[in-house]
Amino acid sequence: MIFFNAFLLSGLICLIGQIILDNTKLTPGHVTSLFTVCGAILSFLGIYKKLIEWGGAGATVVISNFGHLLYQAGVEGFSSFGVMGFFSGLLTKSSAAIVSAIVFSFLFSLVFKPKD
Amino acid sequence: MNKDEYKKLVDELTPKENKLKNAFVAFLVGGIIGFIGQVIVTILTTTFELEMVEAYTWLCILIIFFASLLTSLGFFDNWVTRVKAGLIVPTTGFAHSITSSALDYRKEGLITGLGANFFKLAGSVLLYGILSAFFLSILGVMIYG
Repeated sequence: MIFFNAFLLSGLICLIGQIILDNTKLTPGHVTSLFTVCGAILSFLGIYKKLIEWGGAGATVVISNFGHLLYQAGVEGFSSFGVMGFFSGLLTKSSAAIVSAIVFSFLFSLVFKPKD
Repeated sequence: MNKDEYKKLVDELTPKENKLKNAFVAFLVGGIIGFIGQVIVTILTTTFELEMVEAYTWLCILIIFFASLLTSLGFFDNWVTRVKAGLIVPTTGFAHSITSSALDYRKEGLITGLGANFFKLAGSVLLYGILSAFFLSILGVMIYG
């Protein structure tokens, strides 16, 4: 059942993105930024954790998960380091996404040539 | 019906059909990515006995790896133009934007080209994600304690 939920959840989130792209003048850049901020807001409201419980990877493969991870890391940073934790802890959980994107993109751009 | 009326009718009908098709394709592709993600997470947590958090992190790294690789090989640009939000909204879009700017600006040099333009497209995600999470987490700590 979790597989179906994952399919439905990430599908619906992408559907919302596509509807925004088709019906407004917003670009993909706007949509991804908007979804990241929405992820942080949903995490703030306590909804995002429930989405992950219900939809599993369906909620974690989309970009809004980035906002969720940032928010959770900020809160956890505060609980272990106090006010400094907002600064020192904010990127801890999303580090994997940022670092892997940087490393793989850099390496592949050295190996491969752009097509065209 | 004369030619002008016919043209009007066509103009009215064509974009709607495309929108419906776009929405369906985005839903299907986005859903498939979530489904595959869940399969990977289930395999990682059962066969490899990883913690849930670790499995999600590995999934994130895997998705970024493959999105980055497929962008470098030249497949992803065509797919993104066809599928749009189905590939842009998942983490694949984040990796795709970074890799494509890295590939495009590589020839202009490592510092002024690749380095300066690396986060050209993904920068807004990082900037507004970090800003919103920073202030929201302060607000959250103040409200929830």
